[in-house]
Amino acid sequence: MTDSDDIVLNALSDEDLVAQMHDDLYDGLKEEIEEGVRILLDRGWEPYKVLTDALVEGMRIVGIDFREGILFVPEVLLSAGAMKGGMAILRPLLAETGAPPVGKMVIGTVKGDIHDIGKNLVSMMMEGAGFEVIDLGINNPVENYIEALEEHKPDILGMSALLTTTMPYMKTVIDALEEKGIRDDYLVLVGGAPLSEEFGEAINADAYCRDAAVTVDTAKELMQRKHNQPASAGS
Amino acid sequence: MTMADAKMRQSVLIIACGALAREIFALKDANKLDHVTLRCLPADLHNRPDQIADAVGEAIAEARSEFDRIVVAYADCGTRGALDRLLKEEGVERLDGPHCYAFYSGLDKFLAESERDIDAFYLTDFLVRHFDRLVYRALGLDRYPELRDDYFRHYSRLVYLVQCEDEGLMVKAREAAQCLQLKFEVRQTGYGELGRFVAAL
Repeated sequence: MTDSDDIVLNALSDEDLVAQMHDDLYDGLKEEIEEGVRILLDRGWEPYKVLTDALVEGMRIVGIDFREGILFVPEVLLSAGAMKGGMAILRPLLAETGAPPVGKMVIGTVKGDIHDIGKNLVSMMMEGAGFEVIDLGINNPVENYIEALEEHKPDILGMSALLTTTMPYMKTVIDALEEKGIRDDYLVLVGGAPLSEEFGEAINADAYCRDAAVTVDTAKELMQRKHNQPASAGS
Repeated sequence: MTMADAKMRQSVLIIACGALAREIFALKDANKLDHVTLRCLPADLHNRPDQIADAVGEAIAEARSEFDRIVVAYADCGTRGALDRLLKEEGVERLDGPHCYAFYSGLDKFLAESERDIDAFYLTDFLVRHFDRLVYRALGLDRYPELRDDYFRHYSRLVYLVQCEDEGLMVKAREAAQCLQLKFEVRQTGYGELGRFVAAL
């Protein structure tokens, strides 16, 4: 980004700047996004408002166009890279505000699988939606998941797989949780290209999520239902 | 086989992924399968696997009255079981396995080696031939080379599964590995289970 571009961004009203940031996210322009985030913070915006209004909303638009086949994986990755740039600036500021997270998620790609593009998008979007995310990375055996669940006590366990040969391992993990009697302590969300709604049901996951945006919506909805459960039970 | 035998044989249609066209033609010639006809769907469907089952279904419907028997030369190919559901309804068989890497390698062998091959990115003859269009440009690496790490960070080897030896393809495969910054490994698979599938028709 050039100095003259800086001046242009600075000259925009808040509303126009946020709209411009949506366009820049769509185009995957990381430096422009970082600059936009700094400008909004300098203007006194709360970090959380910058995150939700400028970044998360921008990525929501990207997600819609990805689902509709207007954008493809390379463009989404560039957008994600731009959002990461903005998140890197906001993350420490968000931590300072001490706002409690919406919920906590442990997520990882299953054993035998090294694919993490979708998982990384989910992690980023969940973090953007206010969740604390513990990302276990790739190729995770059951033990990794169990250890992380015991250590972090999340609300949600997320598992990802890209291969038809590795997706059955999700059931191995869920079966292990059942054996330990802790399955119902967590919402289990699963995702990945070869999965389907039917597969999610068959392995006793709480939901199959077809993309990152759906994961966020599903996680929020299921968290809400979970919170409402004790009240309903007592009424 | 006599001409009379050939006339008696049932007509068979193979509905195949375009990525297998060259290989199936070679097998059809080698096995003298004059009663077998090949019709291919675009190989690009692999980038939109949700559309494969519908496309195969249409091809079956169009051809049903023309042939005694129809088979499908697709593996599951990312259709998430949709292709199997369709083929069960239609009473049509397909190639076993999840994808072409598996049936070229041999299903048992492929599954047995899957743990060791966790860091392997596979190419077949077809994918080497069309690497630039179907891999490099399809992943946007021509426009955004910085995305290399997003896609290939966890891979360490490009494994070229060779169906038919060709020095030109070997050079291209080696270049592809360099381009993706992966170590290069070659495995001679031949036609694997595709060969047995076609020969049995």
